[in-house]
Amino acid sequence: MNVLDLARVRNRVERVPRRFLPVIATFLVFVLTFGTGAVRYDGFASPQVMTNLFVDNAFLIVLAVGMTFVILTGGIDLSVGAVAALSTMIAAATLEAGWPPLASVSAVLVSGTALGLLMGLVIHFFDVQPFIVTLAGMFLARGLCFLISVESVSITDPVFRTMATGTITPVEGVTLTYSVLIALAVVLVAVYVLHLTRFGRTVYAVGGSESSARLMGLPAGRVQVGVYAVSGFCSALGGLLFSLYMLSGYGLHAVGMELDVIAAVVIGGTLLTGGTGYVVGSVTGVLVLGTVQTLISFEGTLSSWWTKIVIGVLLLVFVIFQRLMMRRAT
Amino acid sequence: MTDSSAQSTDPVVDMRGITVDFPGVRALSGVDFRLLPGEVHALMGENGAGKSTLIKALTGVHRPTWGEILLHGEPVEFAVPAQAQNAGISTVYQEVNLCPNLSVAENILLGREPRRLGAIDGRACRARAAGLLERIGLSIDPGSALDSHPIAVQQLVAIARALAVDARVLVLDEPTSSLDTDEVAELFRIMRVLREEGVAILFVSHFLEQVYEIADRMTVLRNGSLVGEYLPERTDRLELVSLMLGRELGTLEDVERRSEERKPGTAPVLTASGLGRAGAIAPFDLEIHAGEVVGLAGLLGSGRTEMARLLFGADRADTGTLSTDGRAVRPRGPRSMIARGVALCSEDRKAEGLIADLTVRDNLVLALQAARGWMRPVPRRMADALVDEYIEMLDIRPADPGAVMSTLSGGNQQKVLLARWLVTRPRLLILDEPTRGIDVGAKAQIQKVVADLAADGMAVLFISAELEEVVRVSDRVVVLRDRRKTAELDGDGITVDDVMSAIAAHDEQGTAVAS
Repeated sequence: MNVLDLARVRNRVERVPRRFLPVIATFLVFVLTFGTGAVRYDGFASPQVMTNLFVDNAFLIVLAVGMTFVILTGGIDLSVGAVAALSTMIAAATLEAGWPPLASVSAVLVSGTALGLLMGLVIHFFDVQPFIVTLAGMFLARGLCFLISVESVSITDPVFRTMATGTITPVEGVTLTYSVLIALAVVLVAVYVLHLTRFGRTVYAVGGSESSARLMGLPAGRVQVGVYAVSGFCSALGGLLFSLYMLSGYGLHAVGMELDVIAAVVIGGTLLTGGTGYVVGSVTGVLVLGTVQTLISFEGTLSSWWTKIVIGVLLLVFVIFQRLMMRRAT
Repeated sequence: MTDSSAQSTDPVVDMRGITVDFPGVRALSGVDFRLLPGEVHALMGENGAGKSTLIKALTGVHRPTWGEILLHGEPVEFAVPAQAQNAGISTVYQEVNLCPNLSVAENILLGREPRRLGAIDGRACRARAAGLLERIGLSIDPGSALDSHPIAVQQLVAIARALAVDARVLVLDEPTSSLDTDEVAELFRIMRVLREEGVAILFVSHFLEQVYEIADRMTVLRNGSLVGEYLPERTDRLELVSLMLGRELGTLEDVERRSEERKPGTAPVLTASGLGRAGAIAPFDLEIHAGEVVGLAGLLGSGRTEMARLLFGADRADTGTLSTDGRAVRPRGPRSMIARGVALCSEDRKAEGLIADLTVRDNLVLALQAARGWMRPVPRRMADALVDEYIEMLDIRPADPGAVMSTLSGGNQQKVLLARWLVTRPRLLILDEPTRGIDVGAKAQIQKVVADLAADGMAVLFISAELEEVVRVSDRVVVLRDRRKTAELDGDGITVDDVMSAIAAHDEQGTAVAS
């Protein structure tokens, strides 16, 4: 009994770090980069700088949540940036045409989800690489933007303007936008779905071993299609938040954002092979990217392209770190 | 369970006239099969006889082209595995089909987690999983990650999962192939408990001893057709084997006689003197002549594979010299030995790189093309002739050069792998466990092929864990113990006992010659 208990305790101690190690590592990197800023620059360690990480990256968080679902199944979604741009465009164009804001928002969410669903169906039923299908989706969405308008369309709708500029001050000295609240709500819902529903369990199971999931009688196909619909929805919602951030719709919004999102998810400890990872990790990954960006803007003298270099290095280090961990595990 | 009591109960599963077609291949034709409650029913047959196909037809993976399945007397049709599971048919496959990234409890309950207010109830999950693990007497932490456990435990977890649906029918497809003796005993204990509870168990195994130990009834398949249903107590092993093979066991005796007739040639194809590698195998001397089969015997971990890798140049030797046809070689890797006519057919056919999506013909021609170099394409006519020759020689089934590799059974894939090396016409063929995991019939064929090849002048180094086999095919047997060559047995009268005592012998080093 005693020995069994001991073994159980040791098992738990050994188990928890290995599963959570990537997320813990990401969190440490976040603390480290933020700490560097706090030591080097006056005023970096203020609550508002911290809050701004969320304010400036709310849309990225939402996109990363959707991407996490897809990558957990072992897939990839390259269309998220383009779908987000299309969403800003649809929102701006419908509002300009005089649609009520609610109808406009619904149109955006429905079209984004439908596009994701469509890609998922193609991937599942024709057994095509997600890379190719979502690449096609990316071109399609980007092209549709310019079909609506070649120019940037600004958003003047009062409701959108209020949503964009309105702030909440929960604590003295901290100002949040509505976008942050929406992003955090998305994160909470995602955590619930992934860890407390059968859909979420199946996402992990499909990522662990798709053939096993199928033989176990799990609705693997439905889940595979589902995650792309989830990602499509998140892209559309992220696009809406981006349109609040920019107050315009434009076909050249969010160019290359899918790669930032994938980087954030990977830095957040989600394995590209699927089956391992957490939404919280992806959020931390976004925060790391945001902190790097903030650091470089505080530095002032450095070109903003340094952000890309740092992110590239971080990404490489994390992928190698994950590989080493996998090797130790086997 | 006796015959009469079995007939008094109605079958849980009654499969009638099941026919399954794959593109170009009829895998099953008109097979009847019934499974009674509270029995362990063994499904027997060679590789490719249709056992797995029949199981997959029952569990909803394959859809029968013809035939009907009655479950508790009601006709059923399963389009997907989930439907079969919901109907109470649970399957544990040979390769553990669980998700290694999830915990034990999550794996056991995937898809049927207890929920409260729509959310998965973690505490109830762990409790249920713990209960199921306890039912099969497995004391592991349900919260631990599945891949932190050995394969044997994962297999038992798969059984716990099968029980979570309250299965009336449990299908065990070769569950014992990766288990050791104690683990098999544990599995059988669990099977007996379930049988007492009235679960009908369909059991597939290549090990005849296991079947005779646990089965109440046996159904034999051959070439996709039903041979018959038998009772273990009324059918002895020899009879069962000949039912499975459809012929008498003459082939085996044939092999033995041939190898006794043969005389070793004069020029050694390969000579190793003082060859060794620290940590892998102590320095040894070895000569292999043309037309000779040298057996390599020893326990697992005695250095058999290590010796083969040294001779093949896959590992670099620290000491000693190696020469082929009297000319010294310093192998810089397998390529230099392949160029000198040495081939190694390793035990791991997946890693060895049989390409599952290509046809038998393409797989066969690959090694030949590599040997000729890319400048000289293999003419189609030559390829066809070779492929036909080897399909016939090795009795590869289906005998269709255009059959896609992945549709072949394990034993037949092994034969294609062997053929792939044979087409390059090596002077020395090293076979590392060529018969592992394949059935009696295919084994006998491979042994016969080895004997034929040697008769044609090829030198063969034959490695196997089965002593009977080594003794039967070899002219000489080299015995390894603790990564050291301890004996070389020569002559006609080598017996398994000689080899065993050589393996077991203490302190005796150097060469002992029997008879």
